[in-house]
Amino acid sequence: MATEHKEIDAVSGMATTGHEWDGIKELNTPLPRWWLWIFYACIVWSIGYWVVYPAWPLITTHTKGVLGYSSRAALAQDMAALAARRGEAGRALAEASLEDIRKSPDLLAFAMAQGKAAFGDNCAPCHGLGATGSKGFPNLNDDDWMWGGTLDAIHFTIAHGVRSDDPDTRVNTMPAFGKDSILTKDEIGTIADFVLSISGQTPGAGADLEKGQQLFADNCAVCHGEEGKGNPELGAPNLTDRIWLYGGDRASIVATITNARAGVMPTWKNRLDEPTIKALTVYVHALGGGK
Amino acid sequence: MAVATSRSSVTFGEAGAVLALSAGLLLCIYVAANAADSVMTFHALLAAAAAVGGVAAIFSRYASGTRDLRAEIDGKPNYNWGPVKFATIAAVVWGVVGFLAGNILAWQLAFPALNLDLPWTNFGRLRPFHTSVVIFAFGGNALIASSFYVVQKTCRARLAGDMAPWFVVLGYNFFILVAGTGYLFGVTQSKEYAEPEWYADLWLTIVWVAYLLVFLATLWKRKEPHIYVANWFYLAFIVTIAMLHLGNNATLPVSWLGTKSYIAWAGVQDAMFQWWYGHNAVGFFLTAGFLAMMYYFVPKRAERPVYSYRLSIIHFWALIFIYIWAGPHHLHYTSLPDWAQTLGMTFSIMLWMPSWGGMINGLMTLSGAWDKLRTDPVLRMLVVSVAFYGMSTFEGPLMSIKAVNSLSHYTDWTVGHVHSGALGWVGFVSFGTLYCMVPWLWNKKQLYSLKLVNWHFWIATLGIVLYITAMWVAGILQGLMWRAYTGLGFLEYSFIETVEAMHPFYVIRAIGGLLFVIGSVIMAYNLWMTVRHGEAEVPAAARPALQPAE
Repeated sequence: MATEHKEIDAVSGMATTGHEWDGIKELNTPLPRWWLWIFYACIVWSIGYWVVYPAWPLITTHTKGVLGYSSRAALAQDMAALAARRGEAGRALAEASLEDIRKSPDLLAFAMAQGKAAFGDNCAPCHGLGATGSKGFPNLNDDDWMWGGTLDAIHFTIAHGVRSDDPDTRVNTMPAFGKDSILTKDEIGTIADFVLSISGQTPGAGADLEKGQQLFADNCAVCHGEEGKGNPELGAPNLTDRIWLYGGDRASIVATITNARAGVMPTWKNRLDEPTIKALTVYVHALGGGK
Repeated sequence: MAVATSRSSVTFGEAGAVLALSAGLLLCIYVAANAADSVMTFHALLAAAAAVGGVAAIFSRYASGTRDLRAEIDGKPNYNWGPVKFATIAAVVWGVVGFLAGNILAWQLAFPALNLDLPWTNFGRLRPFHTSVVIFAFGGNALIASSFYVVQKTCRARLAGDMAPWFVVLGYNFFILVAGTGYLFGVTQSKEYAEPEWYADLWLTIVWVAYLLVFLATLWKRKEPHIYVANWFYLAFIVTIAMLHLGNNATLPVSWLGTKSYIAWAGVQDAMFQWWYGHNAVGFFLTAGFLAMMYYFVPKRAERPVYSYRLSIIHFWALIFIYIWAGPHHLHYTSLPDWAQTLGMTFSIMLWMPSWGGMINGLMTLSGAWDKLRTDPVLRMLVVSVAFYGMSTFEGPLMSIKAVNSLSHYTDWTVGHVHSGALGWVGFVSFGTLYCMVPWLWNKKQLYSLKLVNWHFWIATLGIVLYITAMWVAGILQGLMWRAYTGLGFLEYSFIETVEAMHPFYVIRAIGGLLFVIGSVIMAYNLWMTVRHGEAEVPAAARPALQPAE
């Protein structure tokens, strides 16, 4: 039973509160001094912080603090400091043409640094950190360009994207020859064999290359050209260079002709500012194969 | 109520419960037949099955004639252990499930292909499953079980109501089932730690109000003149969680027969509500509730008086008043107004000592009994939990300082901080509580094996240390890489490079987590063997419940 007389705990010499619950008692130990003083110190420090920084809401505004701090102003300061760090080159990049940037060693070095950073955070998720691409995402290191490899062509592709929601987007439509019953399965196989032959690979046994050439001329040449060398004006890939976006083995080629392909790249002009797009253009151009 | 005795007639509660369940069954059948989406159909059928099961359970209990609803037998309280036992078992089972889900996620972060390209095992669905199961299913059941245990023992009164405690325990676990299966099927409000959709939220509200009423009514019936400190913390936890739950789940369903809903709050107000909720879920669910456990099980196990009654009062009220303000520190450097960020940060700093008050009271209660740490691994687990509590409640205020937060925020440091609190504090204090409570509840002399507790303790401790050190290094490395600039003023590292740099630490973390899971399986085995094969306690005499002071 809870006894009301305040017994003394033998170990600590401290009085209990005189209550007991299921055998548990409580000592009446005073608050540890160090605990209390640190608690007070935290409160005093907080009050000091409220004086210095924006803190308490009022009816239509809030206390501003004697430092006049605001995170918006702090951001503006940081951005100004960054602009200062980027210095003259940063300002010049905004003005210069793509060709000028490429010709000026200072500007080029600056644009490459900016381009590398922007590429890593915006382009690498699809094209890879080394721009080597992967299935469905072009390798940007080679000199094979679907939509052209000049500075202006690259700039346009980055700014407007491919099959993006931008009205000026690069766009083309390869028919789904098999799915839409334009060609039969056999005809598609025959074309695939022909494509294998013009890309320096061995066609399937018993392939009718003459018929394949005829079918290619009737159905594919209008975009890919008579010799299958492609046409960057239309975004039609070169089929003779053994660089394949969706695989160059027979099965992959058959799948591509049957179902068509329509990869998408977003438009970047609404996400990145013009100097960044310029820097990216120069960076991608310099990776290899820029024309 | 007070004069309730064992009798064969159907009680008002039983009849009411059968009627309510029958009405619920009809509603569920209607919803299942007319549901707007397939998950709602599934959940309505699940609820219908639960209603049928509930009715069957009531009939079978009535038919068995074993119930004894008397408040006292021969002047001793006739404690109601049934719901406590159920919630205890549920805590153990959900604990293993939740830890395992977390460990799968840890391996997925190191090796993403482990999501197996299945929709229901991808990170986005499994992550809320993990957090909800460990916090609400494991932690929640441990809290309900221990609160129903402690409130009875420290009030010397039988749990109020007969159907109500069962409704709380079963209803709560049904909520978990609906929430958890919902996540795996892609149903979510997308609010962290408040992912369950509107219908699950409504159900939880009903269950929670019942929980509050049972707890209050039991306090009301108490045979002790004063309310023990553990019960203050349990009550603060129950009341505040109710308030937070209502505030952050003010949603309007698109259809009363569909799963989807939209929140009433917009923009930064919604973010503020979310983190007012989120931070106080930590404060009142994971701190106040588990401090209540500590306040009962540490002095009980150490057989020493609580260190300071005065400290318990001051740190209780300071904690309650200050915690509720600290949420905005989750939104530093966002569109939340500067003044709100300041308040969130300064109240977090002021919270440091009130949090530590609990640690001091927990640790210092051991004075005069420190030698027991050598021989009693259960007490060691409880004490180490308090040490982790002290560490993470120092780290929390530190991370709330804006300058520190600008480095730590969004990094794995946060994940490490959360887990030092979750695994070290919440996990260990719950394990200690379960190790205490199971033999007491099932009338066993002691645990099946203290040696296994020792193994659990060391394996899990090693796991936690690996986990949090890996995350500290990973988080700080990540934060430094994100803010590194080149001489020309451009970011040094792309995001993906910082992800690659995390890989070895993710592997270490996953190994640490695996150790923690293994520890929990050892515990489950040990507790199971205790219940099945533990040596039965000699009735009465052996446990002098209310012996006079020595």
